[in-house]
Amino acid sequence: MEPILEVKNITKRFGGLTAVDNLDMQIYPGEVVGILGDNGAGKSTLIKVISGVYQADAGQIFFEGRRIKISNPMEALKIGIETIYQDLALAENMNVYSNVFLGREKLKKFLNFIDILDHDYMLKESKKVLNRLDINIPSLKNKISTLSGGERQAVAISRSIYWNAKLLIMDEPTAALGVAEQKKVLNLVNTLSSQGVSIIIISHQMHDVFSVATRLLIMRRGKKVAERITKKTNADEVVGLIVGSLPGDYIEAIEEKR
Amino acid sequence: MINYNKTREIGINILRRWILIFLVGEIVFFSIVGTNYFSLKNLQNILVASTTVLLLATGETFVIITGGIDLSIGFMVGFSSVVSAKVMVDLWTAGFSQPVAIMIGILAALLLGLIPGFINGFLVAKLRVPPFIATFGMYGIAYGFAEIICNNVPIHGLPTSLGSLGHGYLFYWLPGKLFSFLSWPENLSREELKHLVSIVPNVTIITFIFIGIFAFILAKTKFGQHTYAIGGNINAAERAGVNVKAHLIKVYMISSFFASLAGVMYVLRFITGRAPAGSARLLDAVVAVVIGGASLSGGKGTIMGTVIGALIIGVLEIGLVNLSIPTYNLHIAVGCILIFAVLVDQFSPELIHKEEEIG
Repeated sequence: MEPILEVKNITKRFGGLTAVDNLDMQIYPGEVVGILGDNGAGKSTLIKVISGVYQADAGQIFFEGRRIKISNPMEALKIGIETIYQDLALAENMNVYSNVFLGREKLKKFLNFIDILDHDYMLKESKKVLNRLDINIPSLKNKISTLSGGERQAVAISRSIYWNAKLLIMDEPTAALGVAEQKKVLNLVNTLSSQGVSIIIISHQMHDVFSVATRLLIMRRGKKVAERITKKTNADEVVGLIVGSLPGDYIEAIEEKR
Repeated sequence: MINYNKTREIGINILRRWILIFLVGEIVFFSIVGTNYFSLKNLQNILVASTTVLLLATGETFVIITGGIDLSIGFMVGFSSVVSAKVMVDLWTAGFSQPVAIMIGILAALLLGLIPGFINGFLVAKLRVPPFIATFGMYGIAYGFAEIICNNVPIHGLPTSLGSLGHGYLFYWLPGKLFSFLSWPENLSREELKHLVSIVPNVTIITFIFIGIFAFILAKTKFGQHTYAIGGNINAAERAGVNVKAHLIKVYMISSFFASLAGVMYVLRFITGRAPAGSARLLDAVVAVVIGGASLSGGKGTIMGTVIGALIIGVLEIGLVNLSIPTYNLHIAVGCILIFAVLVDQFSPELIHKEEEIG
């Protein structure tokens, strides 16, 4: 099977600091991949390169087999790469469906010549996508500020899905949630994956990543040190790889160790 | 037995509409205590007297919803009044006909008035100058330029037909005798003049046409939606693909446009241009927006609320005049209402704001 996303030899530097160092990665359709690493390992920088926030200094990105250049977040969105950041990027003063359609509002003609917002359409379509993902929110006319953390996460995810995300990148999706809500969000990740959406999860909560990701990618100091099939590894090994007590699989990593 | 839910619902509805109830209460109060307060003539006077605050507050509403503030509008009124008065006087004395001089004077003020707004927006959006500082700087600059243009003295000698425009009405009606549209009926006896009813001041029509257009834009269009989004979460708006910088520049230009329009209305009403015209109205405008339900931290507010807020101040002001109470008391009253408005907002249950179509 062809990977939906492939990055080759990606390097990103900030002045003298190499945040991501010559990194390769493939993501396959419908796959959930967890990226693990300590603070400063380069996880966030890597996903920001993929989502168009940063430009890589070297390396190539292929999406659905074609080489692409992502020079800003809008371009990433257009080709189907959606990123949900920890802060969710929702406007809390606005209602659910307005957030789903934020920046891509559906318009209709008023008196045949003025474009106005089509609230009915946006409400109806938002309901559809929330139903598809088995999300229950009492009223989509409720403002985001009245929703719980898990509901907000669900709204952010629905927004991406509505806009046909093929690859969804989630930065710490469960960090601010209660236990029951964490479970709901993880279930949602499974639902999405079964519908063919590829997902990259970044999380400090190793338990979460283990419960949803099929493959793990471990980073240390900007480098990929190991890749593991979740079922064939365990938390001890992964922690060892993260902190560097285990050498990892790649020559550079071993050299660094010496 | 008291139905708790029902009572609660009524309470919420009252809180939600407290400003409207307050406005009606004010009118009822002054109508009872004052003399001839509740008359067509006086109510129209209130609208005319509120012109500057209504216009300034409408533009300011857009800025405040984005989480900013525009202080420059106070002196933008004077700047625009001086520019349009000066152009009118110069053209008229140069031999142009009155309508031409007036039209060009108005257009010049409105176009020139967009520049300070563009600069404000550019400073805030592109150079990240805090709105308070950027627009406060512009406040001084606008005043200085206004004084230079008018040489420190009010501009007089404006085209004489300005008066019929600025003090004119849409309809004139003499019960049982005459009905005239837009033009002042000629050849009336002194007795007839006494009974002549003038309906809807021109100044008020123009004011509400522009307020209506921009209320529509804020409530119904993508532009309005993005204005709320920027105030709610500027990063979210940016990531969702909203061109935040361009949008902010437009918002500050809307604000300075309304200030310029207020300046033009000032010339129509007072047939003069003055540098400090309307500067005292800056605070009233901000207060009107806040009474109207906007929050200075952004993301909230409606033009409808702002209009009611502005009228609350106007009704009070004319009411105090009617009762011969010195108008400095107005400031005390307005201050109290402002604090009350913020308190209601602070302590009202989330439910009040729960379900809303827009934003």
